Amino acid sequence: MSISSKLVDDFIANDVSFITTVPCKQLAGVIDEVEARPEIHHVPANKEDEGMGLCAGAFMGGKRPAIIMQNTAIGVTINTLVTLTQFYRMPLPMLISYRGELREPVACQVEMAVHTKALLNQLHIPTYHFHKESDADEFDTILKYTFMCNKPVAILTDASFWGGYGDQ
Amino acid sequence: MIRSDVLRDIAPIIRDHLVICNIGLPSQELHMIDDQPTNFYMLGTMGLSSSIGLGVALAQDKPVIAIDGDGSVLTNLGTLPTIANNVADNFILLIIDNGSYGSTGDQPTYAGKKTSLAAVASACGCENVVECAAEDTGKALQAALDSGKMTIIVCKCESGNIKLPVITKDPVVIRDRFMTAVKA
Repeated sequence: MSISSKLVDDFIANDVSFITTVPCKQLAGVIDEVEARPEIHHVPANKEDEGMGLCAGAFMGGKRPAIIMQNTAIGVTINTLVTLTQFYRMPLPMLISYRGELREPVACQVEMAVHTKALLNQLHIPTYHFHKESDADEFDTILKYTFMCNKPVAILTDASFWGGYGDQ
Repeated sequence: MIRSDVLRDIAPIIRDHLVICNIGLPSQELHMIDDQPTNFYMLGTMGLSSSIGLGVALAQDKPVIAIDGDGSVLTNLGTLPTIANNVADNFILLIIDNGSYGSTGDQPTYAGKKTSLAAVASACGCENVVECAAEDTGKALQAALDSGKMTIIVCKCESGNIKLPVITKDPVVIRDRFMTAVKA
């Protein structure tokens, strides 16, 4: 089974039925998988804070939401994470491509990568880092944890986890 | 008519529906005029009323009215294509357009100058866009509810604010009673 199928299977097994996405090259496979599954209502968002608003609404409407986005979005969404998701105590699994790590071909991505964990730490957001494919074994448990504690939770997935970028 | 007059006018129409209300004075005004458990007050996060409202509408079947402002829609303009392309016929976006950032001292917005939010919404693909004068808002809102079609209403009103206290309810209480009302 592909890693994208495994992650989406775990979403479905945890009753996550509303997912917003903002694309990243690394996330293309998992976004395709989300779109393909009838159990999931997929709403592409134009910006990640908008996506978090949609997720907040879906949660209050009775669905378990999730967002899939790039780590650059942490820079976009700090206010939303703090004043909406955390202030109203809402759960939000954030499956995040961790650009700018080892095997990254685009120098500018490193500029945000060096701040990503520090920002998540400052925001008191529980953070998990998937580096090897076997790290995804914990994804199911992380989802259960997120909906237990009603917090945003970050799952950073780096280039090694996704198998790199092919030949550079 | 200023925004608080519009909210007073529509209060009897919206009181039995799920309402997401924009940050700042709009929430404070609605809270004072007719506090209901079906009202979700935004205490922060400018711009996301329409996104939260669409999320609620897509997740369940009851009608949802998101009350937004022209300044807040301009802050999150990407919301209009998302709304247009994810049609929820139980969703109404009511933009109270007073051409100014009311909560911050009535600085003018571009919607009060050359930019027409109704035209932007139509260009984004929204199919039922109604622009109305402030005094016709109730009629437009009731017609939208009766139509069972997703509708964007742009209500043109005067800028101006009334003095009133901030909302001191705990956000988790606001969220919890709203979710209980959704399930009722």
